[in-house]
Order: sequence, then C-alpha cells, then structure tokens
Amino acid sequence: MDFNMTPEQQQIRAEIKRVCKEFPDAYWREIDSKKEYPDAFVRKLSELGWLAALIPEEFGGTGLGITEASIILEEINHSGGVATACHAQMYTMGTLLRHGNEEQKKRYLPKIAAGELRLQAFGVTEPDSGSETTKLQTTAVRRGDKYLINGQKIFISRVLQSDLMLLLARTTPYEEVKDKTRGLSVFIVDLKENQGKLEVKPLDLMINHHTNQLFFDNVEVPIENLVGEEGLGFRYIIDGWNAERILVAAEAVGDGRWFIERAAKYASERIVFGRAIGSNQGIQFPIAQAYAQIEAADLVRYQAATKFDRQEKCGAEANMAKLLASEAAWAAANACLTTHGGYGFATEYDVERKFRETRLLTIAPVSNNLVLAYLGQHVLGMPKSY
Amino acid sequence: MNVVVCGKVIPASSVTIEIDSNTKRMVRKGVPHELDPAAASAVEEALRLTEKHGGTVILVTMGISDATIGIRNALAMGATSAVHILDEAVAGSDTLGTAKILAAAIKKQPFDLVICATESSDSYSGIVPGQIAYFLGVPPVTFAKEISVAGSTIIIKRQSESGYDLIECALPALVAVSSGINEPRYPQLKGIMAAKKKEIKVYTAADLGLAPDQVGENGAREKVLTVGRPAKRQAGKVVTDEGDGGKQIADFLAEIKVI
Repeated sequence: MDFNMTPEQQQIRAEIKRVCKEFPDAYWREIDSKKEYPDAFVRKLSELGWLAALIPEEFGGTGLGITEASIILEEINHSGGVATACHAQMYTMGTLLRHGNEEQKKRYLPKIAAGELRLQAFGVTEPDSGSETTKLQTTAVRRGDKYLINGQKIFISRVLQSDLMLLLARTTPYEEVKDKTRGLSVFIVDLKENQGKLEVKPLDLMINHHTNQLFFDNVEVPIENLVGEEGLGFRYIIDGWNAERILVAAEAVGDGRWFIERAAKYASERIVFGRAIGSNQGIQFPIAQAYAQIEAADLVRYQAATKFDRQEKCGAEANMAKLLASEAAWAAANACLTTHGGYGFATEYDVERKFRETRLLTIAPVSNNLVLAYLGQHVLGMPKSY
Repeated sequence: MNVVVCGKVIPASSVTIEIDSNTKRMVRKGVPHELDPAAASAVEEALRLTEKHGGTVILVTMGISDATIGIRNALAMGATSAVHILDEAVAGSDTLGTAKILAAAIKKQPFDLVICATESSDSYSGIVPGQIAYFLGVPPVTFAKEISVAGSTIIIKRQSESGYDLIECALPALVAVSSGINEPRYPQLKGIMAAKKKEIKVYTAADLGLAPDQVGENGAREKVLTVGRPAKRQAGKVVTDEGDGGKQIADFLAEIKVI
C-alpha cells in the first residue's frame, strides 16, 4: 500500500497549478456572470496536450491512466476553475476508443488529441428518461446509407462548443427487444453538417455549463458513423461510467479543497468580537469535519482509480468515490458559505459560484440515490429498491 | 551549438523560507521545490537558440534529492539531458566552491555556450556566473536581455542603466541572462512524459575530481556568522495639512536632499 504520488503525478499536479494561475478567480467570475464558455482556458489546456491525456500515444495523445487524468481535473477545480468545461473533451472519446473501428479512431482521435476537433457533447438524457436510460425514445432509422434521427434530448452540455457529439438513440423499438438493455445504438454526429435539422435550445440553469435542449428533425448520420454494433449502445455507455465517476469524484475533491482552504483562511483572518471567528468551535469544527470527509473520499477515489488503471473491477469503488466526494464537497461548500456569512453571497468572493457548481456533483452524472441503490443491490445483495 | 544551462532548483515560491539556526543555512530538505524561475528563463533562452541553430541543451544543477522535480521540469520544457551534482559533501559550499563544482561538471559536457541566470531567486549572490566563467576560462557577459548567434560569435544586448550595450563575443562563452529576457514556456504534457526517459547524470564531488577539502563547508572561504531579520522601518512622518501641507512636504524633501 503506497499513498505517495509518483514524481510524474506530482509534476502533473504542479504544472496544472501553474497553468491555472493564468486563469484566476476574476477570469472565472467574469465567464460565469456573462454565461460565456471559458474558451481561452480550454484552448490553453488543449495546446499543452492536457486534454489528450487519455488518448493513446498511437493516436497523438499521451496514453495516461485515469489516475493522472483525475489529478488534472482535480487541480482545475482546486484552483477555482470549472473542470466541467473541458472534462468531456478528455473522456467522451473513450466510447470511440473502446468500441469504434480503426477507421473511426484514425479519422477522429488524432484531431481530438490535437484540439482541432472538439468532442465534448454526449446526447443521452431525454425529457422522459432521466436515470432510466433504457426508456429513451429518440429514434435512429436506417435509410439506405444513412440513419435518420428524430426525437429530443435534454441537459446536453457544450453542443454549441463542440464539432462532434456522441448520441445514444433507439434503433429497435422498446417493445420489440427482449433484453431491455438492447436496441440502443451510439452514433457520431457531425454538428456542423446538421445545422437546420438539429435545433439547439440553450437552457437557463443555475450553473454555467452551456446546457441545452436538442430537437432532432431528420438529422442525417452516415452509416459509417455508427459506433460498434447496432443495438449494443447501452452497454457501450455503461463501460464509460466508471471512468466518469472517478473523474467527477476528483473534481469534487478539488472543489472541496478549494472550499476548505478559503474557509480556513477567512476564519483565521476575520475578526468579530475581538477575535478571529475561526477560534469559535462553531465555525472551526464544520471546516475540520469537511476536511476529514474530503480526505477520506480522496482515498476511495485513488483506490477506484488505481483499480481502474489495473483493469480490475471497480464499479463499487468508482460509485462510492463519486458519492463520498460529492457529499464531502457539499459539506465543505456549506461550511465555507457559513464561515463567510453575508460575504459568501457576494460574487466577488467566488464562494457562491463554486457553491452552485459543486451542488451539481451530488446529482450528476448520476444521482447519489442511484449510487446507493447500486451499492444496496449489486454490492450488498439486497432487493432492487427502485 | 551546444548549450549548458546552469540553473538552480529552489524551495517553491509558496514556501516560507526558514534558516537553520545551527548551520545558518536555508532549510531545503522536505519542502516543495521548483525550478528557479530565473533558471527557467535561462533554459528557455537555450531552447530558443538550439531550436534555431541546432545542438543540445544540458541542465547542470547542484542540489539535494528534492531538486529532481525541478530538473524534470527543465527536461519537460525540452532540455536534452541533465547533470545533478548530488553529494552531502558539497553542502555548505560558498559561491567560489559552488562555481568550482559547477565548472568541473560543465567541463565534462559538450558546450559552446553556458547560460546562467544573473542570480538565483533564493540567495541572490549574483557572483557565481563570473566565477564559473573564470574556472572555465571563457569570457562572461552579464545582464543579457537578448542573445543572437552569428557563426562562431554571439551578439548580446547587455542591459545598462540608460539603455543597452551591444557586445560581440567569441564562443565559447558564458552569458548571464536578465530576468524578463523571455517568458519561459509551459511544458507540454508530452514533454513531461518524454522527460521520464531523458538522462539525468548524477555526480559526486569525487566524480568531478574534487577533494573533500575543496568543497562544502570544509572548502568554504566565506563563513556565515549570523543571520537576522532586517531592522524594522522607522515610523513615517505624518503631515497634517492645515494650509501649509505642501510646504511641509517640500521642506521635508529638501531636508533629505531629494529636491
């Protein structure tokens, strides 16, 4: 059991910290207030190769593990930034890498690695099928050498900031499949070629994630853009879940550390009734408690990441890491806001911005209730609870 | 053109420097380290020159094992290889001893040009580059704000108080670059991974043919007697403006001979 990071991992952390210094609080605050996309930040990370960390060397990336990728995203959030703006560019390609054919990989991966193509949108969720993915209704019907897509999606982020989107759509009607996990397929959708047939309607949300509702009206996808086999799309999506959960856990740890550091600093400096407010246990203990929670969650995150990189089963650990880290970050967020009092609500302190951001992580990419359901049923062997 | 960069790995800027009361030396062990930003500028300049004119860039540094992270940083930026003088025996070297050791290590490398920072960002003596040049027997050019190469000579813009001097110098030579000569590049992730495979030669003083009494505290001719904090500044003079504020300020400035 070795709890130390390798020299390369230490260097990755140090370098990301250094790059992030170029994008201080004020940068993110302005991006958030104007609801802009942090284009300069994402461009910088792409130029330096950070978003190609998971792409194998043969396709122009660096072929690093999920552990290193998670360190990159953690440090972005730890620095006060928002890793969600770019994390999809890092891992959405995983579905293509694992299940795409050689031609598809050669066509897209080198350009994604170089940052020339942005693949950071993944169309899965629909208005009537949130967590129940197998109920999705958007259809892909084969017509000659293409598929025609019709239907709608919701909460699909960064569509307007992407060149490509992966899409999960139904190729066999729900009623016709015996195994309800079958009948769904994954497609690569070229967003630039489908303007007019794909309506993108931005949603006004409490977080600045460029999230949209999508309406497909005979969107055409060439058959060569089908990823893997028709009908196995749900299986392909599930394959990417562990990686995503570990990365999101790391982002939550990064948020948590940001909240703890800001809270501890403010608590030590803010004088009320003649002494620092941090000398009151009512202020100090919630911060210390959240710190302990973050550290504990971080251990599970590394356990999950290590198992993932060793290609061992890690579903339980990946889910627990996401659950524990998102809740620890939320505890830290509350402690930080309480510590700052009224100032915590002022945008210039950045606490409210990070507070809004980190709340999402208990809900997405999977609700923590479904994580508990997974643990109860699949790890502890109890009856299905939903 | 082969370039050797002499650069230091120092406690990270986030570290509060502490002095060991017994040795009077900076506490280096166990604190996070980074490539001195001044050294990073020297590496950057070397990389720019070799990218244009070909050749290798070798970083030479002396320091404890914690220095590895900074060495890797220079390699990740693009340096070809590195030399690390890692030896308890060199601890406590004065500037002359340091220069003697570095020069001995540089002599083992192929070089046409040695680039140093003007001074390190932790101890700021600023005299090591000149001493290294002496031991190497090459001309030193200091405060360079621009370096260009023309055949077997280099042309340096040397920062002066009123502008700059233009100096032409035959190679081999040593150039100490000013801070701000360039903006050091960020290593690319690929560079960081490639750095893992690059060579870091480790030398002891003995490997460099230096006897124990020539280096470290034993060989030092300088001795730090005491280390203290700067004296507290005197309280300023408060001028209350009751119609004659301007005059009071003018009188004060005249008194200290500013006007």
